[in-house]
Amino acid sequence: MDVVGLDVLDLDTLDVARWQFGITTVYHFLMVPLTIGLGILVAVMHTMWVRTDKPEWLRMTRFWGRVYLINFVLGVATGLVQEFQFGLAWSEYSRFVGDVFGSLLALEALLAFFLESTFLGLWIFGWGRIPKKVHLATLWAAVVGSIVSAYFIIAANSWMQHPVGVVTDDATGRPRQVDFLAVLTNNTALAAFSHAIVAALMVAGALLVGIGLWHLRKRKLAQLPTTDTDHAVWRRSVRLGGWVSLAAFALVALTGDWQGKLMYEQQPLKMSSAEALCETEAPASFSIFAWGKLGSNECDDVHSITVPYILSYLAHGDFSTAVPGVNELQEEYSAAYGETYPDDPSFGDKAGEPIDYTPVLAVTYWSFRLMIGMGAVSAAVAAYALWATRKGRVPTSRIGVYGSLLAVAAPFVGNATGWIFTEMGRQPFVVYPNPDVPVEDQIYFFTAQAVSPGISAGEVWTSLISLTVVYGALAVVELWLLSRFVRRGVTSGDGHPTPGFTPEPPDDGDDGPDRGAPRRDRDDDVLQFAY
Amino acid sequence: MDLQTLWFAAVAVLWTGFLLLEGFDFGVAALLPVLGRRTPDRHLMLRSIGPLWDGNEVWLITAVGAVFAAFPGWYATWLPTLYLPFVLVLFGLIIRAVAFEWRHSHHTPAWDSSWTWVITTGSLIAALGIGAALGATTLGLPIDADGTRVGGAFAGLGWPALLGAVAVLAFSVVHGAMFLALKTDGPIRMAARAFARRWAPVASLPLLAWAGLVQLRDGTAVTAVLWLVAALAVVVAWARIRVEREGQAFAAWGTMLASAAATIFGAAYPVVVPSTVDAAFDVTIADASVSDYTLTVMTWAAGIGLPVVLGYQAWTYWVFRQRLTAEPVHEEPAEAHA
Ligand code: HDD
Ligand code: HEM
Ligand code: HEM
Repeated sequence: MDVVGLDVLDLDTLDVARWQFGITTVYHFLMVPLTIGLGILVAVMHTMWVRTDKPEWLRMTRFWGRVYLINFVLGVATGLVQEFQFGLAWSEYSRFVGDVFGSLLALEALLAFFLESTFLGLWIFGWGRIPKKVHLATLWAAVVGSIVSAYFIIAANSWMQHPVGVVTDDATGRPRQVDFLAVLTNNTALAAFSHAIVAALMVAGALLVGIGLWHLRKRKLAQLPTTDTDHAVWRRSVRLGGWVSLAAFALVALTGDWQGKLMYEQQPLKMSSAEALCETEAPASFSIFAWGKLGSNECDDVHSITVPYILSYLAHGDFSTAVPGVNELQEEYSAAYGETYPDDPSFGDKAGEPIDYTPVLAVTYWSFRLMIGMGAVSAAVAAYALWATRKGRVPTSRIGVYGSLLAVAAPFVGNATGWIFTEMGRQPFVVYPNPDVPVEDQIYFFTAQAVSPGISAGEVWTSLISLTVVYGALAVVELWLLSRFVRRGVTSGDGHPTPGFTPEPPDDGDDGPDRGAPRRDRDDDVLQFAY
Repeated sequence: MDLQTLWFAAVAVLWTGFLLLEGFDFGVAALLPVLGRRTPDRHLMLRSIGPLWDGNEVWLITAVGAVFAAFPGWYATWLPTLYLPFVLVLFGLIIRAVAFEWRHSHHTPAWDSSWTWVITTGSLIAALGIGAALGATTLGLPIDADGTRVGGAFAGLGWPALLGAVAVLAFSVVHGAMFLALKTDGPIRMAARAFARRWAPVASLPLLAWAGLVQLRDGTAVTAVLWLVAALAVVVAWARIRVEREGQAFAAWGTMLASAAATIFGAAYPVVVPSTVDAAFDVTIADASVSDYTLTVMTWAAGIGLPVVLGYQAWTYWVFRQRLTAEPVHEEPAEAHA
């Protein structure tokens, strides 16, 4: 069976496991940036309410808080899979990295997940039950939990990109941790963490802008007042989201530049693959568009349109540094780490095969450009939104408003492609050799060795297919719920839907008959659930 | 006590904590079709675990994380050997998690009852699957000298898995009933109490049998005493629920689980995965463990972190301590002034 150039039935356990990891992790990372970014912004809204007592801040907290929660739970559900995956499909990887990697995962759970889940429960159910300021603090605690969680998991990931703080254990031949602090302060981790957090804020910012503008326009067309609280809710959402997006884009570029400089030192081959740069160049130019045989990694048949000097700047902060090309690096790596995989059963089908040290150029090249491009799209939309809502204006342009709504997807794509670039760019290694260490002492591990030896391709197919189907179904329900919730908008303070919006038909059915008291629309119960 | 033993104990404590906490929310979920046939009752049951289930589930994540962190050799042997059962557990946990949240995101009776049904199904799958995984692990898995599974996808599943599955589910269901008796008021409280009174003795049997088998195989005098404590705790739990002392019954039932778990882990020590192929292939804590340096780092982190976690989790239980009744007790946040 031939699907997009791959012989699907012929995939071995390794390939299926890689697809499974890629699909489930990218899926998890659709929820994650929204949880992190929106969490921070909802906490800001809640803080503003506690400080100013303005009703629009409360309504914003409740509306965006609900979106946050609907999304959060899917992050939890998909994160669970991640926690087990390293053992299920990548047991040899887990054995190899166990001395470093497991402790970071365990600390993430102990120091971050407990914080997130416990305090979020308190926040959700604590309205009116715990003092106002303590209640606000519970949300901040949950948000801090998300950020701490991101730190630990990125430290774990960065350790595989740039292993530090370890030596090779003579008895086992595996890395043995000698400096935990070095693992925590890995420069790769600091850069990737700051980059991922600001990228998460771009996601939240774009959401506020897109949905806020849509509601503003809709209210204006329905000739609703522009002085009431609901108007203030959407206007403030757009303004907050717009500024956050712009600032976050600047920071994303800054931290991305930092990552680029580290990448030049730590994973030069990833850098030249990002550019599809075949031959060494000094000064090196940044490619804007490339064509030719990127897909089949036939490097000498790749052509591109370039801007001179920029790549040298990205790599080293000046306009003259030489950036080595893929061809030269491929030879260097072959000399250092072997032309072929060792003829050993632990390498499975790959045993004795030649090693291609160059990642799939089409993927690295285009995912890197998509990441940056989607961020730029998002920043442009934010700038438009801020300009279109200046001094109390409300845009009615269909293209502008629906375009902004569509652009909510952009930073999600940016985040996903960023990870795809990072992870595919490090192939064929799962633990990348650290160039600061002499070659004979380097610790590295090929992806081909990492997969669980005892399991069959059929088992992984079973889980891959069933997880993908479940994830697909969850995505449909989630999008339906979110769009339905978002379309209905905020409701006015007395619990009645804002005029101009179609309320749901009242339902008395499932909670028993009304109990005399005026019944509130339950969707207004933004953060209190009708259990 | 050396660090490996300490971490073996820590892992045992985390699994016990997980079963004690998530056990009651699994149980309440499993009881929804039994005790929650009327809608307000069902909502009350769900409300009793609403703020708690996610925090409880993190005990599982931490327990698995701690196995990986302290004993990667255990993690890397156990999970792939029981690949499909673990995937099924994940499936159960996923649908359950989203159902808790999505249930009240839309209001029609059909929507409500479908997601309630999903919560029950997901919880049943998860409880059975985790029980099976634990049962199979403590009673033996078909692994060779490298810790690689011998045999096909289902080779790890025999009667020990079945025993573990039934034991965890039966414990959870009665635990959930005791929890409801303790946390709610009104008809549900009575029904839950009656359920616990009726089923507690039977429900304890598979767990006691499982602990007894591990005890007979590898037990010591200390673990024999622990087993007796577990058996005695069942009697106490049953006696206290009969006289309507729900708090004491709940505590005694929890003690039963804790002592049975202590029997199992204590008797199995220092083996973490016994091999059914050849006892020489048993994975012990020494084979599976990380370096002493890493264990030391984690001991510090857990020594500081765990008390803090226990502190704020206890606070949550305190905040939500009052008995719930079928009337929603939410208060409104005042819009303008508070
Ligand atoms: C940059 C951040 C980041 C990254 C790279 C990952 N995650 Fe994640 N994860 C989070 C940030 C996050 C979060 C923001 O903290 C989540 C999202 C929603 C939530 O509940 O917490 C979360 C949830 C979450 C949960 C559920 C927690 C709970 O029940 O509260 C688990 C078990 C994991 N993750 C595990 C992983 C693993 C093993 C990953 C590695 C492949 C991973 N995550 C990648
Ligand atoms: C959440 C963000 C992440 C995303 C989107 C992501 C994405 C991916 C993708 C697309 C692959 C497949 C690459 C390939 O096989 O060519 C992959 C593989 C992998 N990633 Fe990540 N990753 C993320 C985070 C992590 C983290 C935090 C870790 C470790 C803590 C990690 C560890 C791995 C491992 C072990 C593999 C399998 C080996 C491989 O195929 O390369 N990933 N990831
Ligand atoms: C504007 C210029 C940007 C630059 C120069 C940049 C640079 C980089 C680099 C070099 C990496 C790879 C790090 C490595 O593998 O060593 C990376 C990864 C990543 N990028 Fe960007 N990036 C930019 C914009 C964005 C935007 C707009 C987003 C999302 C909205 C984003 C999200 C990510 C993510 C999620 C990763 C993977 C995780 C990480 O390593 O932090 N980036 N970026």
